[in-house]
Amino acid sequence: METKKTSLYKLHQDCNAKFVEFAGYQMPIQYAEGIVEEHKFTRNHSGIFDVSHMGQLFIYGGDELIKDLEKIFPLDLKNLKLNHSKYSFLMDKDAGIQDDLIITKINEGFLIILNAACKYNDLRILKELLSEKYEMVLDENRSLIAIQGPKSSQILNEVVEGVKDLNFMSGNWFSFENQKIYITRSGYTGEDGFEISISNDFADKLTRELINKGSKLVGLGARDTLRLEAGLCLYGHDLDKDKTPVEANLKWAISKERISKGDFIGSDIIIKQLNNGVTKIRVGIKPEGRIIAREKTKIFNQSDVHIGEITSGTFGPSVNGPVAMGYVENQFSKKDTKVFLEVRGKKHAASICSLPFYKKSYVKGAN
Amino acid sequence: MSEVKYSKEHEWIKLEGDVATIGITKHATEMLGDIVFAELPEKGSNVEKDGTAGVVESTKAASDVYTPVSGEVVDTNQEIVDDPSKINQDPENSAWFFKLKIKDKSEMDSLMNKDDYDKFAKETTT
Repeated sequence: METKKTSLYKLHQDCNAKFVEFAGYQMPIQYAEGIVEEHKFTRNHSGIFDVSHMGQLFIYGGDELIKDLEKIFPLDLKNLKLNHSKYSFLMDKDAGIQDDLIITKINEGFLIILNAACKYNDLRILKELLSEKYEMVLDENRSLIAIQGPKSSQILNEVVEGVKDLNFMSGNWFSFENQKIYITRSGYTGEDGFEISISNDFADKLTRELINKGSKLVGLGARDTLRLEAGLCLYGHDLDKDKTPVEANLKWAISKERISKGDFIGSDIIIKQLNNGVTKIRVGIKPEGRIIAREKTKIFNQSDVHIGEITSGTFGPSVNGPVAMGYVENQFSKKDTKVFLEVRGKKHAASICSLPFYKKSYVKGAN
Repeated sequence: MSEVKYSKEHEWIKLEGDVATIGITKHATEMLGDIVFAELPEKGSNVEKDGTAGVVESTKAASDVYTPVSGEVVDTNQEIVDDPSKINQDPENSAWFFKLKIKDKSEMDSLMNKDDYDKFAKETTT
């Protein structure tokens, strides 16, 4: 299968991107300045991310759709206000995570943002679960552009008047060149920011305007270091079918009201784990010194017993040191527990720490 | 004047008397991206031609550093361990990795000169 290109491909080339294949797409891993500079620019100013490879699934329907989606997602969707967003997951019957996602209530139904590598499988699963009752469009005619960082509100507002009044985790339709674009105040970097759903034909123009206002393109490399510092999970690494939301320490994303009823896919396991505890759980891990412990690094306790594995690990440019996440046996998950990480045959000291590594600066209300 | 030679693993080596200074090339640093971690061989240890003698890591991945010749490690550059970004800034000069007291000068013969290496590096980029 030929790799796909996003509508910003030409712009990426113009900005000297290095490309990698990711989920069937040619995506920019970094630009000329490199991952560390791009990361810092996002934290200090504003970075633009092409995330057009991600799935934008529109599902159209009314009250019946809300009821049907509540059988799938552990969310209180009937009380989700128009243009408000929630983080959630698509689970199997054993509560294994098949994808993590953001779902937004729009006028005609819902917009769900899915991971690129999962989107076609998600669509197949959802079609089956919803018995093809509703119109569903995995819209590949729209690009998804994120702008993240403390200056993103000011810069985007110069191009799309009014976005600065959006609250965190909410969105609305705006206009750009007479095109309807949907913007949410959200992101995945630990910074204030926005995600813009825009027709492919206008994505390049919008992005170039943001660059003209002082923002810069940032690649997937820095996206990974940013999200890891922010303690956010990456599907296929920190989350997969062998992990449940409770094990992933994401129980905050499960509606308490829905747990009390327990009528969604995977709810039996979720309720059992919430009542009885879990054997493994996701934690933050801070290696001592500069050693980087990457995915699949084994974690040992002080008695040299294997107690878990790293699922994401890199160097955090804002932390200025190594950062990691992983799963350990529950009894070793307390903050400040000493552990050892086996890197290239040697054991290196580390400790369990709370997430995020880098404190977020999301905007709660309008400014 | 001592000549600088280059290996296919993208190390440079400069021989002065029987002591060789070894580092990684600018081309290697450009391929790796921002270097955020460096591990060097221990002083006093012996390393074998084409064997691993260190590690560099970018934010993305870890890569082994090989030694183009055999010898005893007589010095290592702690500055690049403390601040690995120096490797990106000045790879073929102040950001050297380690110095070896070499055993067999003839091991230098199979290495490339600058022109040959530049050509080789160009070909391996694409």
